[in-house]
Amino acid sequence: MKIVVCIKQVPDTTEVKINPETNTLVREGVESIINPFDMYAIEEGLRIKERLNGEVVALCMGPPQAEAALKEALSLGCDGAVLLTDRSFAGADTLATAYTLSRGIKSIKDVDLIICGKQAIDGDTAQVGPGIAEMLDLPCITYVGKVEEIDDKHIKAYRMMEGGYNVIEASVPCLITVVKEINEPRLPSLRGKMNAMKAQITKWSAADIACEVDRIGQMGSPTWVRKIFAPPKREKGMIFKGEPPDTVGGLLSALKDKGVL
Amino acid sequence: MINYGFTEQQIMIRDLARQIAQEKVVPVRAELDEKGEFPREIVKLLADSDLFRVFIPEEYGGLGGGALDLCIVTEELSKACAGVAVSYAASALGTLPLALFGSDEQKKKYMPDIASGKKLAAFGLTEPNAGSDAGGIETTARKDGSEYVLNGNKIFITNGGEAEIYTVIAMTNRGKGARGASAFIVDKGTKGFDFGKEENKMGIRASATRELIFDECRIPADNLIGREGMGFIVAMRTFDNSRPGIGAQAVGIAQGALDEAVRYATQRVQFGQPVSSFQAIRHMIADMATKIEAARTLVYYAARLVDSGAKNMSKFSAMAKLFSSDMAMEVTTNAVQIFGGYGYMREYPAEKYMRDAKITQIYEGTNQVQRDVIGLEVIKESKRNSR
Repeated sequence: MKIVVCIKQVPDTTEVKINPETNTLVREGVESIINPFDMYAIEEGLRIKERLNGEVVALCMGPPQAEAALKEALSLGCDGAVLLTDRSFAGADTLATAYTLSRGIKSIKDVDLIICGKQAIDGDTAQVGPGIAEMLDLPCITYVGKVEEIDDKHIKAYRMMEGGYNVIEASVPCLITVVKEINEPRLPSLRGKMNAMKAQITKWSAADIACEVDRIGQMGSPTWVRKIFAPPKREKGMIFKGEPPDTVGGLLSALKDKGVL
Repeated sequence: MINYGFTEQQIMIRDLARQIAQEKVVPVRAELDEKGEFPREIVKLLADSDLFRVFIPEEYGGLGGGALDLCIVTEELSKACAGVAVSYAASALGTLPLALFGSDEQKKKYMPDIASGKKLAAFGLTEPNAGSDAGGIETTARKDGSEYVLNGNKIFITNGGEAEIYTVIAMTNRGKGARGASAFIVDKGTKGFDFGKEENKMGIRASATRELIFDECRIPADNLIGREGMGFIVAMRTFDNSRPGIGAQAVGIAQGALDEAVRYATQRVQFGQPVSSFQAIRHMIADMATKIEAARTLVYYAARLVDSGAKNMSKFSAMAKLFSSDMAMEVTTNAVQIFGGYGYMREYPAEKYMRDAKITQIYEGTNQVQRDVIGLEVIKESKRNSR
């Protein structure tokens, strides 16, 4: 089975600060990591490979430094890594990103299963996975929490819903997006890290994946960012300290003042 | 981050060991300590991450590192839990007699499984009447045709019961004293080889410490390491190589305790300000950090001497072990002090570091024995130089 895992390099949001003047993320000095949801995608790809044999190829679109994310994927046990990198890819929204990745997958050839994280922690759109499936005209199962059965013909998976799940069957090839309940990602091994350090990452430009120039990067992106703003800070709440008989009166009048009561 | 002149590979080893220690060991250490439970799952993680390969030569499935690589991993694990760290390091200790004196066949047979972490190793020297005085060993090995027959008991053996491969010192000629000792490999499951009492310890409680019992235990003569009569040399050379590892353990314990104490001191407010703003606490922190760094430098230096193949490094190994373990006892005691009343309570990690630190002053030769080694060496050098 040939599996492609799409990964994105994102800033480690546990460390992110917002520049109050421009309302944009302060990227300086912030470490880049593999989008955490994509770590579950990599792990699931590796587990399916270990069950059925085959190979896992990690695919990423990004600037040259995204090579680090692919090296990490290799250190975990991915067999190959492809970086789609070209100045003309820059400024892509989810539509152009999905198109570009779908062209990359076409160029990898004979792919049976595509696995994406459910969404990236920087954009939070959850659109790119289903977008790729659409471009490739493949069935898509989102929010997968468990792959119950899979072979080269079909897949049966649990799509996690609020308070339950759907059991969905689809034909293979197909695309799934995974949630964090699906597995516990493994740690890299030293041998894996050493091999990854030496490994050559395949780099493809726009020309290499035969894409239409008006469908990639900013040109292919109908989404325009008009304004970026940070959500307003929540005001501090009022705290009424003391025993209820002494404090209820104050609470009631405060609620009345706010027009709640 | 300061990299202490590490190679790229050593930095990689440190980062991975740190990741496992902080992400996987810290969350479970209190429970392992409380229950005195051997950390099988963590040992498997260490194996899957290739960390048992760092101290094994490449031709036997390792990554070809040495004492320094082992110290790096041990230090990182000790920052999180010394019980886990010693379970790991004891496998290296059990491997050393083989690595230093084993034949190619013995290495081929045993080392790949130790490298992969499939099997743990353990070293058996201590007996009820032979600890610091290794010459007092009473376990015997009698040659009988193509076999040796072992009889006797070893106590306080780290990884006892958990390890599959044991390197054991026994007397082949009791009349010769220390020169009558020999080193053997004994596989778990060999008839006549059993385990006794599991010890209930003050610290490093996640590690397994058990008695080894040999009762007419027959092993192939091929399991002799080196030659008959070399057992004492095997043991001493093993300790020369392993003692920097105890130093690394002590440095890790002290660093872990300091990290917790500093975090606490910056959060704990008394008299309207964090206690870290008081000079009394700040100076304690400064002394603790400085002593840790001094010990670390000595440990890395001793480990590098071992790896360079230097002869006569006994003194440096002993110094690294001695200085670091005394330092760790002092630093962890002060960490408890910084935590105040909370430091004395089991809910906080400070007291565990203090309990764990104590053993580093005792095992692989008490610090009194280390001082003997160092003192003797220094006096010998003086005599040599004055000639």
